[in-house]
Amino acid sequence: MSEPDETFEPRIVAFFCNWCTYTAADLAGISRMTYAPNVRVVRLMCSGRLDPQFVLAALRDGADGVLIGGCHPGDCHYQLGNYNAQRRVLLLKRMLRAMGIEDERVRLEWISAAEGEKVQRVCNEMTEQVRALGPLHLAAVPRREAS
Amino acid sequence: MKPKVAFYWCASCGGCEEAVVDLGEELLTVADAVDIVFWPVAMDFKTSDVEALADGELAAAFVNGAIRTSEEEEMVRLLRRKAQVVVAFGACAWLGGIPGLANLYGRRSILDYVYGEEPSLEEHDGARPQEETDVAEGHVSLPTFDDDVRTLDQVIEVDYFLPGCPPPGELIRTAITALIEGTLPEKGSVLAPDVALCSDCPRLPSKPEKPSVKRFVRPHQVQIDPDLCLLAQGLICLGPATRSGCGAVCIAANMPCTGCMGPVSRVVDHGAKAMSAMASLLEADDEAEADALIGEIADPVGTFYRYSLPASLLHRRREPEAAGRSPS
Repeated sequence: MSEPDETFEPRIVAFFCNWCTYTAADLAGISRMTYAPNVRVVRLMCSGRLDPQFVLAALRDGADGVLIGGCHPGDCHYQLGNYNAQRRVLLLKRMLRAMGIEDERVRLEWISAAEGEKVQRVCNEMTEQVRALGPLHLAAVPRREAS
Repeated sequence: MKPKVAFYWCASCGGCEEAVVDLGEELLTVADAVDIVFWPVAMDFKTSDVEALADGELAAAFVNGAIRTSEEEEMVRLLRRKAQVVVAFGACAWLGGIPGLANLYGRRSILDYVYGEEPSLEEHDGARPQEETDVAEGHVSLPTFDDDVRTLDQVIEVDYFLPGCPPPGELIRTAITALIEGTLPEKGSVLAPDVALCSDCPRLPSKPEKPSVKRFVRPHQVQIDPDLCLLAQGLICLGPATRSGCGAVCIAANMPCTGCMGPVSRVVDHGAKAMSAMASLLEADDEAEADALIGEIADPVGTFYRYSLPASLLHRRREPEAAGRSPS
């Protein structure tokens, strides 16, 4: 790993489920908790809505890491969505590893609506982990020259 | 005057050419309706014959294979200039295909392995292919081997895409007929039905409402029931995430779909969608158990991006210090 770049600010896209983790992020805000501003949150109705394409599109379009938040096992508002998210993320991470993308860049966390401080902790942790890894720098997808 | 057409191959196996020949006697009907003016695999024409054509003189150019060398790039640019319609013929031209899996490596690691590390009867002497060499007979040059594999439309503008590895005869016939009769659909179309294979699968009636899988198996590990949905048997069948139009020939041969027909039009990244479909079938809810079962899937990139790695959102393996494409 190269020396951490002091000026590098990681961009992290987060997909939070409406019922637990997004509510927890709201709680963190209402409770005046401060955490790294590097995380941009997208609200999904359920972590089970997470299409692996969302993660890849985020990485392709400039994110250095992707954080996914859902309800704790057994707590999914739709009963099973978080289990689907877990299986998809586990498989996706194995693919990403084979494609040369570090495990720490994609993280799945269960955060309940009451766990505002966990949002704070996870966002801070992940920002520092990705900062240590450095920018993602994917090779550009080739485009044909305009004819 | 009959419309002129050309066939060309780039980084491909020759199976697409075979698919054209497999039209059998119908090929003679096609040959009556059009003038084939360039087809290196079957007929003796030279590049200069194509160069001699006026721009736009070809009614259509059918190009199979992905783009890996400067020669291929040069030829498809030439054909693009000469042809009114360019058809990406087959999975490699459309999505990168099997040769596209070489995007797991770069130019340097491929050459290092093939010319340095690969077990060989002869000792490796450190020689590497040179693009320019002086020999007794004069100066010779070879095409550049690019750092990555590209799809056809990452190099030139493509009008239509014929999916499949190789494209099914029925789709080729339909495409050629539409070309001759001038009834081709909107530019940019994929010339195949825009639904998933499951909807046309003869085993659909046996597909459970929600298939669930205790563990994934590979075809050689089980006795496959020829009548039962392959997903219900734990096989990784990419039917739910793959375009129809192939006539489900692999399924009929008792083999799961590997995805050669590519994605439907609503999908950006075929492999991601296929992973999503397969992962959600697993019954395991416990993280460690699910991870162990998913770990049994051999080669996730080769399984889910078998035909589409260059067209995927990632395009190629990430190598922080990779060299850019060599100037051609």
